[in-house]
Amino acid sequence: MTVPVPYRVVAHRVDTPDTATIVLEPADAALPPFAPGQFAMVYAFGVGDIPLSVCDIDGPRLAHTVRTVGAVSGALHDVRIGRTVGVRGPFGTGWELSEAEGRDLVVVAGGIGLAPLRPLVLAALATPERYRRLNVLIGGRTPDDLLYCGEPWQAAAGVRVTVDRAGPAWTGEVGLVTTLIDRADFEPPRTAAFICGPEPMIRATAADLVHRGVDPDRIRVSLERTMHCGTGHCGHCQLGPLLLCRDGPVVGWTRAEPLLMVREL
Amino acid sequence: MTGCERDSADAVIDKDGMDALITILAARGRTVVGPTVRDGAIILAEISGGAELPYGWGVELEAGRYRLVARDDGAAFAHSAGPQSWKTFLHPPRVREWSADRDADGTIVVTADDTPVPAYAFLGVRPCDLRAIAVQDRVLTGGRYGDSAYRRRRDGAFLVAVECTEPGATCFCVSMETGPAVGPGYDLALTEVLDGDGHRFLVRAGSGEGAAVLAELPSRAADSATRSAARDRVAEAADRMGRTMPLVDLRTLMRETLDAERWNDVTSRCLTCGNCTMVCPTCFCTTVEDVTDLTGDHAERWRHWESCFDRDFTHVPTGPVRDSPRSRYRQWATHKLGTWYDQFGSSGCVGCGRCIVWCPVGIDITEEAHALNRERGRSTAQEAG
Amino acid sequence: MSVVRHGFLGALAPGHRDRLLTFAREACFPAETRVFEEAGAADRFWLIRSGLVALDIHVPGRRAAVVETLGEGDLLGWSWMFEPYRWHLGARCHAAVTAYEFDAEPVRLACAEDPAFGLAVTRCVAEVIARRLKATRTRLLDLYGFPGGGTP
Repeated sequence: MTVPVPYRVVAHRVDTPDTATIVLEPADAALPPFAPGQFAMVYAFGVGDIPLSVCDIDGPRLAHTVRTVGAVSGALHDVRIGRTVGVRGPFGTGWELSEAEGRDLVVVAGGIGLAPLRPLVLAALATPERYRRLNVLIGGRTPDDLLYCGEPWQAAAGVRVTVDRAGPAWTGEVGLVTTLIDRADFEPPRTAAFICGPEPMIRATAADLVHRGVDPDRIRVSLERTMHCGTGHCGHCQLGPLLLCRDGPVVGWTRAEPLLMVREL
Repeated sequence: MTGCERDSADAVIDKDGMDALITILAARGRTVVGPTVRDGAIILAEISGGAELPYGWGVELEAGRYRLVARDDGAAFAHSAGPQSWKTFLHPPRVREWSADRDADGTIVVTADDTPVPAYAFLGVRPCDLRAIAVQDRVLTGGRYGDSAYRRRRDGAFLVAVECTEPGATCFCVSMETGPAVGPGYDLALTEVLDGDGHRFLVRAGSGEGAAVLAELPSRAADSATRSAARDRVAEAADRMGRTMPLVDLRTLMRETLDAERWNDVTSRCLTCGNCTMVCPTCFCTTVEDVTDLTGDHAERWRHWESCFDRDFTHVPTGPVRDSPRSRYRQWATHKLGTWYDQFGSSGCVGCGRCIVWCPVGIDITEEAHALNRERGRSTAQEAG
Repeated sequence: MSVVRHGFLGALAPGHRDRLLTFAREACFPAETRVFEEAGAADRFWLIRSGLVALDIHVPGRRAAVVETLGEGDLLGWSWMFEPYRWHLGARCHAAVTAYEFDAEPVRLACAEDPAFGLAVTRCVAEVIARRLKATRTRLLDLYGFPGGGTP
């Protein structure tokens, strides 16, 4: 059991019609540092808490991208600057970018799955000498649903974007995010891949990368299940042998694949 | 303390000594909880004297059946697991985790719950249940983040174990290697002996505080006849287990039978009521509830037991991950017998048999494991053939 | 050349690939060119070397709806392989496109005359269709949409 630590909302940005990013600063003491891929349990006063991955880590400042799907996410989405929320964490496993040194990087994000990958891309951009080519492939629902558009790192990382459905104004790509893999620049045996998105998208992407010759041991995916405690005590986030709040959310594909193949595990 | 020293520190007490034990533990500021007869069952409740122990009562157990029966021998501990376990006290069904207050400018202050908890003394902890406590210790305090609600109760608890001499028809502690002899972790261990030499208890201390309590007890030095009678009764109990698990690696069995037909069979009987999870001494799952008072500026976080049989247990925004009853029974059984090893380094089953007794339709986890093992054998044979 | 390393040509054995390329000529389309129209005769196909092509469907009262885009290494057009040899989508260049262009008729003849070559080409086209079908079905799930469907 951990107790929420008060964090003040210092910035709030509307990303898409149902998604906003909130920036938090510790009101007093800060939590231990978060690593890209890890998550926090963020508490809206009196409503409850939900797991949110960190989409930015700037000293003691944390940022979370929240999509409205329920009461707690709705409250956090609408929170005003200056209000206080509670934060617990850091929880779970991170992307462990350092294990990918010397490799081509392929980062594949679907929908809000870009949020936990954002700090990973920023970290890779901060130390380009450690990696070979960086490919960031983003799939979104529609152009209006794309996150972090126009942020400088997107140009620096040369992101490739595709959407499921496009309106007339869209001049970019239309199609599943996996189609971008064909056009990405990487040498499969020397590649490390990082994937986050809805589970069918993760499965399709990992399968394509493996088909292209990427070592399954070099593919890491971020998985989602119900989480209540974040500390491995409530039992909700089990995926077979894994407690995803403790052994995940970032899991190696070799470990994850056979578990995701079992229905209703 | 080595076993040899413990043996040298053993002693024998009689029923008056049992009364004294309860009095001494209470005098040390402890809330003494032990078995007592209430509402047609032997339950665990606070007791203030030896007279409240279930002297002369036993139980008849079967799948989906629990009956109190009078015993002629007057034994206090010749019964096996009842509807509760010690998790009721160490990992209570409902606890407040924290309170939060919000002031006028929206600042919130969160306070961890520090309601004083009783210093418990548990009298009559069966070897299977002693292991169950060790299993929950590992789950709730063994990781990076400890559960302070559990730890506060657990750290203060004094455990008086009682070896099993009268296993029930649903017991299988021998298969799970948790009994009927007591394992480590007790402060005091008792073995009840009834024979021509009278009704008495062989007592050993397993901790410093246990030894101190034992020293205060009116006792006599253990004699070899009592020691060997105690040993024999426990050894005989091992031969009278009502149930067994298949003699295979259960963890592997669970991993290899995720697609077995048998899950459909058991699911045709399972009501997904979750009784098995409530009575299981190791099931630990919880959910949380956030409440506010009428001002809206005082909020509390409560935690209560939840069951993996609840459909909402795995709710994600699109719906429950484990929607079918089949997947929920399979989750419970494979977690208990299999993936618990991956998560916490041991089995989650201690062989107490409660899930069998308290299942309203009499589903028997040992029978299911045997059936899965047979089905696996058949499919392996088919593949080989 | 990456267009050979992976994509459609990458899936062909070198012998068959070289043979297919004997039918190729280089083609360039300025941006906004309509390469073909729905229901038009599917008498050619292309392997895109650079640029982006949008496949669209005509919907009265609204601009052509783009259902998929194709880029470097992708096969543009497969209706030429199956009767009635009519395009079922339209194609428009988003950006300037360079491609290998093939006439369908001689390739179909070569496939018929040399079953090994024909099978190889047909398998490659089938694989492209299968992948696009798989991707389209996945998109049908509207995975990134609001849980339960629709917009919030």
